[in-house]
Amino acid sequence: MIDLSEFLKKMLTAPGLSGYESPIREILQEAWAPLTDGLSVSKIGSLHGLKRGQGDTPRRKVMISAHMDAIGMMVTHIQDSFIRITEIGGIDHRILPGQPVIVHGREELPGVVVQPPGHLLPESVGDGPVEMKYLLVDVGLGPDELAKKVRVGDIVSYAQMPLELTGEALAGHTLDNRVSVAATTLCLEALQNRVHDWDVWAVASAQEEETLGGAFTSPFDIQPDIAIVIDVCFAKGPGASDWQSLPFGEGVGLGYGPNIHPALYDAFEKKAKELEIPYHRDLMPKMSGTDAMAVQIVAEGIPCAVIGIPLRYMHTPVETVSLKDIRRAGRLMAEFIADLKPDALDHINWEE
Amino acid sequence: MTENQKIQASNIPTIGDRQIELLEKLCNASAVSGDEQEVRQIVLEEIKPFADEIKVDALGNVLATKFGRGENRVRVMLAAHMDEIGFMIVKKHDDKLFQFERIGGIDERQLPGKAVLVGREHLPGVIGAKPIHMTTADERKNKIPVDALRIDLGPEIGEKVKPGDRATFATRFKRFGPSIQAKALDDRFGVAILIELLKHASENIDLLAAFTVQEEVGLRGARVVAYRFDPDMAIAVDSTPAYDLPHWDDEDQNVQYNTRLDAGPAIYVMDRATIADRRLVTLFSDAAQQEDIPYQFRQPGGGGTDAGVIHKTRAGIPSISVSVPSRYAHSAIGLARVDDWANTLRLLDAALVRVTPDLLAGERRG
Repeated sequence: MIDLSEFLKKMLTAPGLSGYESPIREILQEAWAPLTDGLSVSKIGSLHGLKRGQGDTPRRKVMISAHMDAIGMMVTHIQDSFIRITEIGGIDHRILPGQPVIVHGREELPGVVVQPPGHLLPESVGDGPVEMKYLLVDVGLGPDELAKKVRVGDIVSYAQMPLELTGEALAGHTLDNRVSVAATTLCLEALQNRVHDWDVWAVASAQEEETLGGAFTSPFDIQPDIAIVIDVCFAKGPGASDWQSLPFGEGVGLGYGPNIHPALYDAFEKKAKELEIPYHRDLMPKMSGTDAMAVQIVAEGIPCAVIGIPLRYMHTPVETVSLKDIRRAGRLMAEFIADLKPDALDHINWEE
Repeated sequence: MTENQKIQASNIPTIGDRQIELLEKLCNASAVSGDEQEVRQIVLEEIKPFADEIKVDALGNVLATKFGRGENRVRVMLAAHMDEIGFMIVKKHDDKLFQFERIGGIDERQLPGKAVLVGREHLPGVIGAKPIHMTTADERKNKIPVDALRIDLGPEIGEKVKPGDRATFATRFKRFGPSIQAKALDDRFGVAILIELLKHASENIDLLAAFTVQEEVGLRGARVVAYRFDPDMAIAVDSTPAYDLPHWDDEDQNVQYNTRLDAGPAIYVMDRATIADRRLVTLFSDAAQQEDIPYQFRQPGGGGTDAGVIHKTRAGIPSISVSVPSRYAHSAIGLARVDDWANTLRLLDAALVRVTPDLLAGERRG
């Protein structure tokens, strides 16, 4: 059994920004090797783990897609002792001033995001928020050392240390979406002692935050019959109280909307009820904002379910999650998969 | 002092592992104005074997005296404040999240997305922010208001935190290259320097070390310490901002830098609260030149130190401030150079050994 909190903290130490996933992928290769029958890496950098089913061949295939890439920043310019940056993925510039970061130059350079004083900014900024193009990163080196160690295009990752809060809550950066990778790992672990007919393809996908590159390409390789996309969803908290947010730590989200096959939604809902796993219908009236946006339309189209793990403060360095919900998501996926009969696909249809 | 008088060589140590460890301990401690207990404990432990007299006064200031030897010793007070900016928990809401007030000058733009430590037990918490996905472009043109922010310590915090508890940024001390990255360098640099000076006090003076409270909420500790010590002169040892950053268009020159890193200790001539006694300015700049210690004059302008109240105490006390330059004061992470710290310690020592009764014998003049 993995220690969930320790495993998550280990994953959070690996940057793995979109397009630069190898550090996190290497951790997962180690974690998934004993849980799968084989691992491979796609051309775009996603990790595929196959756990074979026990049904007769040809077996049906279920794919779990959890993106492993992280949001972050990239160096755009070096000015004397300072670095200018742009974003990888969506970052609200208002949360950046004073953040600890690591600049991945010729070596790892710890630094801080700096909001320059008003007199060094355009007058229009006033005392309002400072746009990312005016922010700086300071790694505490002089101009000569900095020029030797950092180049335009180097990546910059969050460096906030994870914090254990009360009630099995964990705060840190990049919980979006390492919590889903953790849930997928728990699912693989639970399946070790279960008979399952279908082949299971676990995918830690690349580039969700920028291009959905992993989600477009892995299903093409794998050709799954159905896909379970797992990602974080919004938890209620300061600034997030309306219908888009689910209660924190009180169950998983089951995505509902055009990216999700309704029969798969129904099947997951039925399974959650049967197992008494608390869940909430997570309304996604248009796009789900997950890998499912791509997976659904690969090749001839793939039926998708979307599982959500409620997360507070998404895309900040203090994202907060309940470990309980990660365990629930892992268990729900494992039970759903173990229960897939060879003819299950017959029931994933449009015969309402 | 005439030129042919020999200056007694100083035995002040340079900044080594022991000094850095102490600064780390001081910076990682929580001591928000009005609740300086953690730093006070460290200070008392450190100075006990070295000071001749130690007293904690009614406000919580630590007053430590190290007597010199010989006749006509000048009574020199050195002040460094123990307190730091931070937060007080003011209300627990129904959703188990805590509302807080800022203590000291903290730019509200520095708050969202930060980790904090709450109360004497240093319970970890976070100040989150609304997910960017739920914001509009217009919304992002405005600051996130403080009253929309909460401290989140997890769903089972229960009664472990209550209104009145203080909180600080959770930043841990870090050394990298020539620099230090830490919270509360303002003014744990000063505290660390005073401890070092007490341990290696020069014998020509009575050294009156004031580890003060409540500087960040109005220089309140220093006022009563100065009254009680009744010194002949005073030096506030603090950390002052270095705004030595590039202008946004990378072309215009930044001429309002206050101080610069790598340029050595900052000698104050004038700030918002104090016009330094010129005799003391000269004492410091001469000492620096004679000892070949890099130094800079802090650009005259705003800001203030404990000297702002000390110089007007009783019938007036000749005062000056000397600071370690550091970037990003009053935010989660400050950044400064080890060399600037070391040179500030050297300069203070060099100036103190040059203090004689003659220095302040005449009328104040520029």
